[in-house]
Amino acid sequence: MNRKIAPLIKDAIDYKLDLKPYDHYTLDNGVPVYAINAGAQEVLQLEMVFFAGNFFEQEKGIAAATNFMLKNGTTTRTAFQINEAFEYYGAYCNRACYNETAVLSLHTLSKHITALLPVMQDMLTNAVFPDQELEIYQQNSRQRLQVNLQKCEFVATRLIDSYLYGEQHPYGTYTRLEDIDKLNITAIKKFYQDYYIKGQCVIFAAGNIPANLPALLNEYFGKLTIGKPPAILPEIKTIQAVEKKYRVQNEADAVQGAIRIASPFPNRHHADFKKAIILNNLFGGFFGSRLMSNIREDKGYTYGIHSYLQNHMQQSAWMISTEAGKDVCEATIEEVYKEMKKLREEKIGEEELLLVRNFMIGSILGDLDGPFQVIAKWKNIILNNLDESYFYDSVHEIKTVSADELQELAVKYLQPENFYELVVY
Amino acid sequence: MIDFEKFVLPNGLRVLVHTDKSTPMAVVNVLYDVGARDENPEKTGFAHLFEHLMFGGSKNIPVYDEPLQMAGGENNAYTTNDLTNYYCQLPAENIETAFWLESDRMLSLAFSKKSLDVQRKVVSEEFKEHYINKPYGDVWHKFRELIYTTHPYKWMTIGKELKHVEDAELQDVKDFFFKHYTPMNAILVVAGNVEVENVKLLAEKWFGDIPSGIKYDRKLPVEPKQTAPRKMEVKANVPLDALFKAWHIYPRTDPRYYIADLITDILSGGGSSRLYQSLVKEKQLFSNIDCYHFGSTDAGIITIEGKLVKGVDIKVADAAVNDELKKLLQDGISAAELEKVKNKTESAMAFEDMSVMSRAASIAMYELLGDANLINTELARYQAVTAEQILQESKIIFDENNSSTMYYLSNN
Repeated sequence: MNRKIAPLIKDAIDYKLDLKPYDHYTLDNGVPVYAINAGAQEVLQLEMVFFAGNFFEQEKGIAAATNFMLKNGTTTRTAFQINEAFEYYGAYCNRACYNETAVLSLHTLSKHITALLPVMQDMLTNAVFPDQELEIYQQNSRQRLQVNLQKCEFVATRLIDSYLYGEQHPYGTYTRLEDIDKLNITAIKKFYQDYYIKGQCVIFAAGNIPANLPALLNEYFGKLTIGKPPAILPEIKTIQAVEKKYRVQNEADAVQGAIRIASPFPNRHHADFKKAIILNNLFGGFFGSRLMSNIREDKGYTYGIHSYLQNHMQQSAWMISTEAGKDVCEATIEEVYKEMKKLREEKIGEEELLLVRNFMIGSILGDLDGPFQVIAKWKNIILNNLDESYFYDSVHEIKTVSADELQELAVKYLQPENFYELVVY
Repeated sequence: MIDFEKFVLPNGLRVLVHTDKSTPMAVVNVLYDVGARDENPEKTGFAHLFEHLMFGGSKNIPVYDEPLQMAGGENNAYTTNDLTNYYCQLPAENIETAFWLESDRMLSLAFSKKSLDVQRKVVSEEFKEHYINKPYGDVWHKFRELIYTTHPYKWMTIGKELKHVEDAELQDVKDFFFKHYTPMNAILVVAGNVEVENVKLLAEKWFGDIPSGIKYDRKLPVEPKQTAPRKMEVKANVPLDALFKAWHIYPRTDPRYYIADLITDILSGGGSSRLYQSLVKEKQLFSNIDCYHFGSTDAGIITIEGKLVKGVDIKVADAAVNDELKKLLQDGISAAELEKVKNKTESAMAFEDMSVMSRAASIAMYELLGDANLINTELARYQAVTAEQILQESKIIFDENNSSTMYYLSNN
């Protein structure tokens, strides 16, 4: 045995990847359900996705507050009783608010599902939004924001989005302390009426699914006044900042700076998107990427540096993100541009390209392992109005993209003058 | 039921195999029985720095990551006060690549000067990112030193101070490697779409000829029993006052560990838990409050921590926490409350066991504790806990003389 020689491997191109198809049915009121029944553990995940994100709000913070307070009291249950109803069974009912969507989710042992659906139905039909619950929410949100505002990375993430999209845009807006003060029950109740009671919803279920789940979902949610999701959302115009470079002092005694470098990029429907994901991996998308190899593993400027395409429906951005020592922030930025230049000017070698292909295919293979992962892939496809060809075309692209194509893409997009540049100290 | 098979190589390496044919992937998990508690008090943070160096090339392989990525694999590692764990996941057909890589770095590192120079800087940035450049980042540095007078849990995994990391030398790296990174002190778990027979062949082929090394005999200073309450006040550049309280509990293998674990769930961990309902919702003294423990191998601690609502006197908040504990000590818990925390444990375990990677790490961790089959029997130990035991243990744990309290105050 010679330890210097690597064992033979099977290459990515030789793997066939299959995205397990979903079960699909529609509740009586038109709400679509997508389900993946798989997995050895007796667990179940249910996600009710409402089109109730901050995209739809008239006043800042109303979508998030409404979503949060779904759990804070109904006509028959107090907040405490709702929490106890889930926690008694060891179940988790969470909510989360995004740009277009807001989610009410359930994680439970499959055997307890019948005890929990009535509580979720109650939250979606009889929420009361008590004044005192709002006051506590405001107080705790204010305090959390105060703590976050002392974190350079939090401030940097908010600011870069505002440069990319403009503060009037749901992707670029952010909450200030005075916005929290202005939250009010009247607006929250109206938002609840418009976007939950009469809302548009799609349901995703995954795990060990009991045979009667379709009937149960129809019983508890199929009679509600909710309906299927909108075919298409109106496009909101972005207003990009004119100035490209920013240095912001946030904390006088900071020892690191939070760096964000970002450029607008089209959404998943654009012809370049799938290839850009591959180029991004090579650039800063995994541990072996150019940015990591140079800026962490060679220079030691940072604990980690990453690049990614933002996960937005309408308009995306190509983002480079890191926290680096205060004295090496400018050097880090310079190295990021050098790596862009290299990608534009030098064709990627076959060995490195094969590594990226293999890594990405292996990673997708691992990502398809387990029902929650599979439904997450489908959710992304369905909510973005795509179909399974998006998945299969992406895989095909990883296997076949050429070094020339990647270089063309780098020339088209990785141009420093397109990028916003921000350091928050 | 999670099935596994165990065998031991002649050099002392323990190997456990868990087969799951439903996944196309395989996981190779190597756990080394060394953590921050085994460090020289003058050279803290070393176990974790060393973990970084394990990726800087081994005797016959210049870099670890590239061949693994080429085989479609991903990997990572973590260091705790108790142990260091390395894991990778890759398509099952390519599993031999993981054996090749893991065995070579167990055989010997390359001990590259460049790698040490770079990783010292990387870890310094990690230290800054998580413990200096964040509000409340230094809490646990200070609090651990109040709680522990003697046991090495008094420093954090990242190290007591930046200087310790900056001063690490190549000779330290070599000494540490040959003392701790040997088959005798390691556990290999292979899980996923694998055959036991094939794993046996591969383990013998790649790990069989590594010198066994000397079993590390851990003789850590024992923390003396605390006999009086400890208090500390800190002022810092943070927006809100925060309260931290801790009480010593039991080692991970002590039967009373399960009781202590359930006590933390009674007190916090959900919107219907005692501390949240009383102190955040009803009295509105805290904007958040949590009760938890670290699951440490040696005797650990139960902690309660929370940030205060602006304007609340920290003494009032502290007294309110103590009142909640008093209630627990006087009235105990109801049958429904006990059922609730047991259900939560059952559910948490089921969700945790969904991923092969997590099952592999659990098997390794339980084997380190002395019995890998704990992965299947622990739930029964939780189920056996009674309300009476919770009451009795709460009285012992929440004794004033067993407590440490830190007021972390805003100076603006």
